[in-house]
Amino acid sequence: MTDWIDIAPLDDVPKRGARMVKTALGCVAVFRTADDEVFALDNACPHKAGPLAEGIVHGKSVTCPLHNWVISLETGQAQGADEGQVNTYPARIENGRILLDRTFLRARAVA
Amino acid sequence: MTQKLIVVGAGMATGRMLEALFDASADYGVTLFNAEPRGNYNRIMLSPVLSGEKTYDEIVTHDTDWYAANGVTCRFGERIAAIDRAAKTVTAENGDVIAYDKLVFGTGSNPFMIPLPGHDLSGVIAYRDLEDTQRMMDLGPDSKCVVIGGGLLGLEAAAGMAARGVDVTVVHIMGHLMERQLDEAAGYLLRKALVDKGITVKCSANSKEILGADGHVRALLLDDGTELPCNLLVMAVGIRPNVKLAQECGLAVGKGIHVDDQMVTSDANVLAVGECVEHDGAIFGLVAPLYEQAKVAAQTLLGEDAQFVQKELSTKLKVTGCDLFSAGDFADGEGREDIVFRDPARGVYRRLVIEGNVIKGAVMYGDTANSNWFFGLIRDKTDVSDMRDTLIFGPAYQGGTPLDPLAAVAALPRDAEICGCNGICKGQIEDAIAGGATDLSAVRATTKASGSCGTCTGLVEQVLAVSLGDDFVVPAAAAVCGCTDMTHEDVRRMIKSQKLTSMPAVWQECGWKTSCGCHVCRPALNFYLLADWPLEYQDDPQSRFINERKHANIQKDGTFSVVPRMWGGITTPNELRAIADAADKYMVPTVKVTGGQRIDLLGVKSEDLPDIWADLNAAGMVSGHAYSKGLRTVKTCVGTDHCRFGTQDSTGLGIKLEKELWGSWTPHKLKLAVSGCPRNCAEATCKDIGVICVDSGYQVSIGGAAGMDVKETELLVQVPTEEGAVEVIKAVTQLYRENAKYLDRIYKWMGKVGLDWIKERIVDDLQSRGELVARFELSQSIYRKDPWAEHAQTKADRYQPLANLSLEAAE
Repeated sequence: MTDWIDIAPLDDVPKRGARMVKTALGCVAVFRTADDEVFALDNACPHKAGPLAEGIVHGKSVTCPLHNWVISLETGQAQGADEGQVNTYPARIENGRILLDRTFLRARAVA
Repeated sequence: MTQKLIVVGAGMATGRMLEALFDASADYGVTLFNAEPRGNYNRIMLSPVLSGEKTYDEIVTHDTDWYAANGVTCRFGERIAAIDRAAKTVTAENGDVIAYDKLVFGTGSNPFMIPLPGHDLSGVIAYRDLEDTQRMMDLGPDSKCVVIGGGLLGLEAAAGMAARGVDVTVVHIMGHLMERQLDEAAGYLLRKALVDKGITVKCSANSKEILGADGHVRALLLDDGTELPCNLLVMAVGIRPNVKLAQECGLAVGKGIHVDDQMVTSDANVLAVGECVEHDGAIFGLVAPLYEQAKVAAQTLLGEDAQFVQKELSTKLKVTGCDLFSAGDFADGEGREDIVFRDPARGVYRRLVIEGNVIKGAVMYGDTANSNWFFGLIRDKTDVSDMRDTLIFGPAYQGGTPLDPLAAVAALPRDAEICGCNGICKGQIEDAIAGGATDLSAVRATTKASGSCGTCTGLVEQVLAVSLGDDFVVPAAAAVCGCTDMTHEDVRRMIKSQKLTSMPAVWQECGWKTSCGCHVCRPALNFYLLADWPLEYQDDPQSRFINERKHANIQKDGTFSVVPRMWGGITTPNELRAIADAADKYMVPTVKVTGGQRIDLLGVKSEDLPDIWADLNAAGMVSGHAYSKGLRTVKTCVGTDHCRFGTQDSTGLGIKLEKELWGSWTPHKLKLAVSGCPRNCAEATCKDIGVICVDSGYQVSIGGAAGMDVKETELLVQVPTEEGAVEVIKAVTQLYRENAKYLDRIYKWMGKVGLDWIKERIVDDLQSRGELVARFELSQSIYRKDPWAEHAQTKADRYQPLANLSLEAAE
């Protein structure tokens, strides 16, 4: 069963931008695309743990600010020649607010 | 036995339901109430009535004869006073009590009126019914009208009135028109088409107050202080299901009247259809699902088994000359890819969103002839893997040729300026080609195009290719990135000559192959646009690298470094104390003296940035822009103030230069230095721009480097006065801003255009120098300000986590 946690208004995250959410087990980056989709990923690039929330969002990808790895927001997979993956978590928008699934906290506790 | 059916509301949904009932010869005696003093008409055709393309009579769906033939008791212009569901009766306004077996709500929706001050003035209307339409039609050709809302309805109202000669302004709160149906690119084309129809469009505009005179609307006031005079103000910002009556009689109501799949409300004898219902969390405003609901409601009333299922929807705008189409879902969901096609010549934009091998959504502008084919593919979830490569061209082109990379240049009009240096337009080049100049050097010899700085070479070659076809092969040039075939130089030329002032405009007119660019092209475009159109273009932080977005340098652990400006490398005990205090307070792990004569605080947490900036601001310091592709530092020696060799006040000039140039964005970082004598203690001859003071004046030299490449500057000019030096430096900075490729330092740019080309514009031509300085000053009127103060005061919350769940239990 999903148990959604209300995080914040969608407008608190700029279009083609991201903000991060603190959890007891590190930070999760919440992304908003130009088309108003939201995605949640671990805020650490698989390369050198760069803060993905600070990257440039384009299409459904983010470019890590440290060394320009391009990470898919949907799968967490590094694109192109780079190899690696970050964890992704369910996120959705309801009534203009961003919701995350509480199980992501549990998944992180196990990870 | 004939059952008694009462229908509340004669709208499009109930009309369609009654048709279905009578077609099935259902045994119902119907009483139809309507608050509007008329029967069913096709409400969505009000726009053609407004624009004069149809008359009211043409959009009536059911006339008196039809009601009579089907035995419908019409009570038009009458409202319902009360409903007693226990007794199964309805009380009309005049006191009549009428019994029913089944009751159907079709109460529709109410237009949402923003409660702005003045919204109750006369002349402030919605766009909902024939009365509203009539008010708009009654406007004379010399009137002015403001429409609040750039959605489907607002734009149809605006276009209808504009067709009648009314001066219309659309005010839209979002960044582009019809943002729920269109993406930015299609929104840009739509806006262009509406502007061509004489409509003024203001996006990202917040309404503040409706101003009146003698109880009638006079103007709309925006929160930036703009007043838009108008005789009529139309609010078209959305609809709300009309649930008042349902609520009063105790039916279950959320956003709308709750119905199940059979369109039955919480009372088994009461149904609801149309815009007043809420089904599975959704409410409805487009006609297709309303008709579907009507059909299901009729079947339910007939005792047949039927289910209402929500389906993909498509939207078309009923404005002549604006062909747009949007369907399905181009947001939400995982594993999706875009296919984008743009034809700048015809103003065509198409975007398909594909998931797996199925089209999930489509946006089209300019050519929607194949929209039904695409909509069919979406609705039927057709597997498109076999036609994927040519899918975007439509059904006729399956197996056709791919996109022409020369389309953007082919689309340029003959008066489009190709060569900015020599003022040569496309037409002149075409004429030269027709006259026998069939290669680049011949075109150069005949027209001078691309003969000066050379940055338009790519475009000239493309004009050759378009004119000569296979007889001319364009040499391969490096494109900006995978989103386009154009080079940086091509794009800059297009931005200038086609007056492209927004990113969607560049994407469309240059034929970008992606919907919204990437991390390579967006920062470049953002710079080009703000450098060429400082007043028209608004800086886009989301297209900037993090350092320029957060005004600090990101470090390998995700912390930031903070460098306050020290004008000309001069500081004071008070500033040093404030820096020391900040370092203590924010537990800065490393404090370092930089090569640019200032102090770097390394290891500051993102959350602390606004606070540390506020503290430094309080001590009179501002951002040092140590993170920017812009002016960094002006390094100085002590000059005549203290040095026994100094010939001029090098420190003073350095401070003056820094105060004039700070805040300006440039293609790459810009470092300056001023040395007080040729001993050159400030190392001015390896900077982007260096000044060496001599007895007779100031030697300004440019194009030095001391990084991966090491280069000595070359002398641009010697000027006798300090003012002269400042002016020359501003002019060369502006020339660099206007012409260089993004991420080229001055020495690289100089290597391409040549020092002589720069001298011609700054040393030989004083008028050109003056104009460059004026354009630099204009840009600085926007950008010469402290971003730290602005962010600390107004955007501090953006530096905090969105939420803190550290205390939230996992279980």
